[in-house]
Amino acid sequence: MNFEMPQFAMAAPEIWLGVMVCVVLIADLFDRSQQSRLAFFLTQLTLLGAIGLALYTHWGVERAITFNGMYVSDSLAAVLKVTVAGLSMVTLGYSRDYLRQRDLLKGEFYLLALIANLGMFVMASASSLLVLYVGLEMLSLSLYAMVAFDRDSRIGAEAAMKYFVLGALSSGMMLYGMSMIYGASGSLLIDTIASHAAAGDNLLLMAFGMTFALVGVAFKFGAAPFHMWLPDVYQGAPTSATAFLGTAPKIAALALFLRLLVDGLGDLHDQWQAMAVLLAVGSLAVGNLFALVQTNFKRMLAYSTISHIGFLFLGLIAGTPEGYSAALFYAISYGIMASGAFGMIILLSRRGFEAEMIDDMRGLNDRHSGFALVMLLLMFSMTGIPGTVGFYAKWLVLQSLIDTGMIWLAVVAVVFAVIGAFYYLRVLKAVYFDRLESPVPIEAPAGQRVIVALNGGAILLLGLFPDRLIEICRIALGL
Amino acid sequence: MLSLLIWLPILGGAVVLWTGRDNADRARWSALAVAGLTLILGLVLWFGFETGVAGMQFVERAPWIESFGIEYYLGVDGISMPLVVLTAFSTLLVVIAAWEVVRYKPAQYLAAFLIMEGIMIGVFSALDALLFYVFFEAMLIPMFLIIGIWGGPNRIYATLKFFLYTFLGSVMMLVALIYLRGQAGSFAIEDFYGLGLPFAAQVLIFLAFLAAFAVKVPMFPVHTWLPDAHVEAPTGGSVILAAITLKIGGYGFLRFSLPIAPEASMALDWLLIGLSLIAVVYIGLVAMVQEDLKKLIAYSSIAHMGFVTLAFFLIFRIVAGEGTRDGALLALEGGLVQMISHGFVSAAMFLCVGVLYDRMHTRRIADYGGGANRMPVFAGLFVFFAMANAGLPGTSGFVGEFMVILASFQAGFWYAAIAGLTLILGAAYSLWMIKRVVYGQVRNTQVDELRDINARERLLLGSLVGVVLFFGVYPAPLINVMAPSLEALLGIVMPAL
Repeated sequence: MNFEMPQFAMAAPEIWLGVMVCVVLIADLFDRSQQSRLAFFLTQLTLLGAIGLALYTHWGVERAITFNGMYVSDSLAAVLKVTVAGLSMVTLGYSRDYLRQRDLLKGEFYLLALIANLGMFVMASASSLLVLYVGLEMLSLSLYAMVAFDRDSRIGAEAAMKYFVLGALSSGMMLYGMSMIYGASGSLLIDTIASHAAAGDNLLLMAFGMTFALVGVAFKFGAAPFHMWLPDVYQGAPTSATAFLGTAPKIAALALFLRLLVDGLGDLHDQWQAMAVLLAVGSLAVGNLFALVQTNFKRMLAYSTISHIGFLFLGLIAGTPEGYSAALFYAISYGIMASGAFGMIILLSRRGFEAEMIDDMRGLNDRHSGFALVMLLLMFSMTGIPGTVGFYAKWLVLQSLIDTGMIWLAVVAVVFAVIGAFYYLRVLKAVYFDRLESPVPIEAPAGQRVIVALNGGAILLLGLFPDRLIEICRIALGL
Repeated sequence: MLSLLIWLPILGGAVVLWTGRDNADRARWSALAVAGLTLILGLVLWFGFETGVAGMQFVERAPWIESFGIEYYLGVDGISMPLVVLTAFSTLLVVIAAWEVVRYKPAQYLAAFLIMEGIMIGVFSALDALLFYVFFEAMLIPMFLIIGIWGGPNRIYATLKFFLYTFLGSVMMLVALIYLRGQAGSFAIEDFYGLGLPFAAQVLIFLAFLAAFAVKVPMFPVHTWLPDAHVEAPTGGSVILAAITLKIGGYGFLRFSLPIAPEASMALDWLLIGLSLIAVVYIGLVAMVQEDLKKLIAYSSIAHMGFVTLAFFLIFRIVAGEGTRDGALLALEGGLVQMISHGFVSAAMFLCVGVLYDRMHTRRIADYGGGANRMPVFAGLFVFFAMANAGLPGTSGFVGEFMVILASFQAGFWYAAIAGLTLILGAAYSLWMIKRVVYGQVRNTQVDELRDINARERLLLGSLVGVVLFFGVYPAPLINVMAPSLEALLGIVMPAL
């Protein structure tokens, strides 16, 4: 291998994040305010800077590869990174008061979030199996720690344990699959793997490795039948960690899928399509049916996540750039919706009281009609009713399915969407139709109110003018 | 112009929501202003509408989702124009009817109806299929809240049933629309016409549209959500449901099912005719035995709408029997007139029930009796609307029914005979209800204390009397507006003649 100087400027977002991780770590030591205010603002500033750098270095440039072919810079990376960092900013903004009320407000939380972001950034730009894996582990290890952040909570510790064991198992699976792919192609570089896959070299071995890699990806997504960890982790983790874990890492999982199975093994589409169909339909069925009977809102959101992952997989199944861009749009809009939903839980919770049951939402319209309206938008968006961004996400996926002739899959998907409508409506029933004897007004800090309003506004605005975002997702996939 | 009609009430609704948060009077007056202004705009549109032109008027086109060639494409023709005005008119009635009656969160109530109004006008004027679908589905949101928040004791069951029924129907339509885009290359509805699709595909498309529109109309056997929704909905909700949302189903048949899948419509017309006849006869009989006032009117709505769908799908048999399009045109006109007329009459009936309910807080027919002695003015109006519902000549209800029955003779004697039953059954349940509610002895102390309707209620019902009488005596303006468009529609459905 000949040594060449890598183009460091191309990896500016990652370098910036890496440096700032150290800065935040040290700055927090000198912050005596007990509120980690410095760490919070530095983290938000870092993420904002990362968004700017990602846009500047990746957006609208020719696809370029550096670090001996291990790092790729393209528009897709830009979109993924901006979304990841943006969602992290929102969820961290939500979590601040939650953490303070529970005496969890330590700089480490932000540090872990930043490291997780670095991992996700690396994944978004990975062009080598090894880099992909390093990014994934950087993300996963931070998430395990975030789930266990409330060390006095037994349910939190249990969730973290479960997450860690199953996460390690899935990483092992994926690593095994990657080693097979390496064996079949003789290279870790995704571009080289792609050319071998296109030529059909060692097809059996390649497909064998791909199966394990897909299982690993499905684990990270939480697609059925590899979803078992998801409800327990969502429920057990502190809500601020759940909010983080339920949004940005889904984008990263999509990055994993796009880099590994589309960029690398796109020519094996025929092989992984059938498996992805099983994952998609299984997730739709499991997610929607199990969510129907949940009384815990966090658990319900977990199952609803599984069903959304199923829908996202449908976009990937289509196997066309349109389908991938639909999946990307779906992931972004899902991130916006999920962060809002967890944000609502945080808003309604107080010290010593977790508003995690659906019944805790009762009478919200009497308590604060603005929050009720945001809840309305969130739930209808998740259902996929027009006027909200969730509709276009579902429509784009259906469009790509029907364009490739998979009409019956589309019919299955919409039937499950109708089943899914029921449990979202149940939440709205609690919010709007149940009345309390003596409604207690909700007091929320101004900062959180602003974020909630922005979150709801984004859902409505994208629900009326989805054009820009659709266009961005199409450009990212080279359309 | 059309955009204004759509977005004025929607944004107005947001303003009402905002300004009327803690001042109910301000909410009422601003809602009245918005609804009034919208109706004025609607009337301006109506009088600016050029009769004798079949195509779309007041067309607006702007790119909306460019990567898929989806446009913000609006326009009205003779089919949708009357429905737009009907929507604006009904919403104004609802706002006035809610004046002092709705006490729980009046700003949200009025805002929901105004937003609903904008969305419904959007449904009628959208010419891009995806835009249509967006409005069509978005309509569920305000109605879901209206029934669920301000409804009766069993409102949650009713509103969930309403939502899930209609949602299941409409997602099937979405699949069909996306498929059609794949064939036509764009989402513009006019591009869907005359595609010459294979018969099997047409049948599936037809069934998908049927799933959406049959639930909306509603046709037997998917009608069961309607009585529940009507009974539990507040008065305004019932009015809008009966006057407009049911019409959207009928409108959908005209705009989508018939012209997009003409061969499938022709091959499957026995199904639609059969279901419509069941609705006319069986549901008419069901209506007769209801003990709940609102349920009775709800079933009567289903029967009347069955008559409308009968008219729409009888056209193939009429043409086969007669050989020209004249009879078919008469049937379509009759069906559409019947839709408009039913919009006014059913709105009036539900407002009448609302008047009674506000005073007695019961909908059971048995609790009333002898109301005429205490509320003579109201009783007179109620009797008038019941007669219009039964299709008394001189009221708008008669015009449509007569046209359809006349046309159906061309299809065959028995169609006409069974369709004619609707007049008899309609008269039977309407008159029997009137007898039990307003005539007879006063048997109840509550009835004894009833006060007659006040000026606001007089204004409401009086304006409806005017409209019903006007179109009953002189339906020509209505028919002149719709005839060219319907003729063009027939040309698409049956190009061979």
